[in-house]
Amino acid sequence: MNNERVDQIIEKHNGEANSLIQVLLEVQNENRWLPRQALERISEKLQVPLTRIQHIATFYKAFSLVPKGRHEIHICMGTACHVRGSQNVLDAVKNLTGINPGETDLDLKFSLETVNCLGCCALGPVMEIDGQIHGKLSPADTAGALKKYE
Amino acid sequence: MTKTLITIDDKEVEAAEGMTVLEAAQSVGIAIPTLCHNEKLEPYGGCRICTVEAEVNGRKKLVVSCVYPVEQNLVVRTRTEKVNRVRKMILELLLSHAPDSKQLQDLAKIYGADKDRFEKEASFCIHCGLCVRYCAEVKKKNAVGFINRGAKREINFNPELAVKECWNCKECFPLCPTAALQAAYVFIEAQISSTPSFEFEKN
Ligand code: SF4
Ligand code: FES
Repeated sequence: MNNERVDQIIEKHNGEANSLIQVLLEVQNENRWLPRQALERISEKLQVPLTRIQHIATFYKAFSLVPKGRHEIHICMGTACHVRGSQNVLDAVKNLTGINPGETDLDLKFSLETVNCLGCCALGPVMEIDGQIHGKLSPADTAGALKKYE
Repeated sequence: MTKTLITIDDKEVEAAEGMTVLEAAQSVGIAIPTLCHNEKLEPYGGCRICTVEAEVNGRKKLVVSCVYPVEQNLVVRTRTEKVNRVRKMILELLLSHAPDSKQLQDLAKIYGADKDRFEKEASFCIHCGLCVRYCAEVKKKNAVGFINRGAKREINFNPELAVKECWNCKECFPLCPTAALQAAYVFIEAQISSTPSFEFEKN
């Protein structure tokens, strides 16, 4: 993300320091991660020290300081999904993508994360990709679901 | 300024409005242990070692004296059995992170805390925030900050700022109740000097 775009986002929030999290969220959403150069720009424009921004960016799970894949996979490991076999789903995804939770593959296609409840326990085991819910998954369904993503 | 009358350990104390219980106690020479408190900095309430028992309207509760403001007719007890127990527990937990801290060991003696009660998880830092707050509030440099949260929280020097500012300051070192701060700085120094072309990747 170039500095002009970062500046636009900052301007949208009138360059106010108390919009820091909003600005970070927008950069994160557009760019899928927060590059250092963007954080430096934000720090300079909003007059918030970089160490503070770093604290916030590492505090919330919504932010990433490393590049993320084009598609974000969230696999629910909550109690309901767990007893319905979420471990098998996770194993299938790990095999297919070659990455562990918290990682991104080299082609920047997928990032994998485990979560503790997606709020739809009746559909377990649940996997969410880019906000779309895939429920009642068997390991075979999982492979099918992943194929749809480019 | 209106005066607030409170009782600390059976002693009548006249406190100024807006004072904390800790300040009121100190003004009459009653010692309350502190770890994260520093007069130069804003009250923080991070370590909880200064916990005391406060009685308001006949109800007793544990409060953190370095952030708890005085109020009329407050009755404070600084060394009850309950308070001692809480402090002992806090010390034992902190000691599992920083077993070699002199300051913690001295307090442990007073409260009979066992430094081996909990399994060691020597992160060395007890998250008192003194270094981070001192750098931000007094020096206004923000060269050191926290990263991550919960059990993973740790201090982190900004390398570029550290080379510029810290070498000639180091005023935060003596504030640290453990040796973590100095260790972190030495570490970053070593990293910088071992890679002469050190430059953060410009992504
Ligand atoms: S490094 Fe020391 S001063 Fe800084 S937060 Fe940790 S314990 Fe406190
Ligand atoms: S001194 Fe009061 S919480 Fe640390």
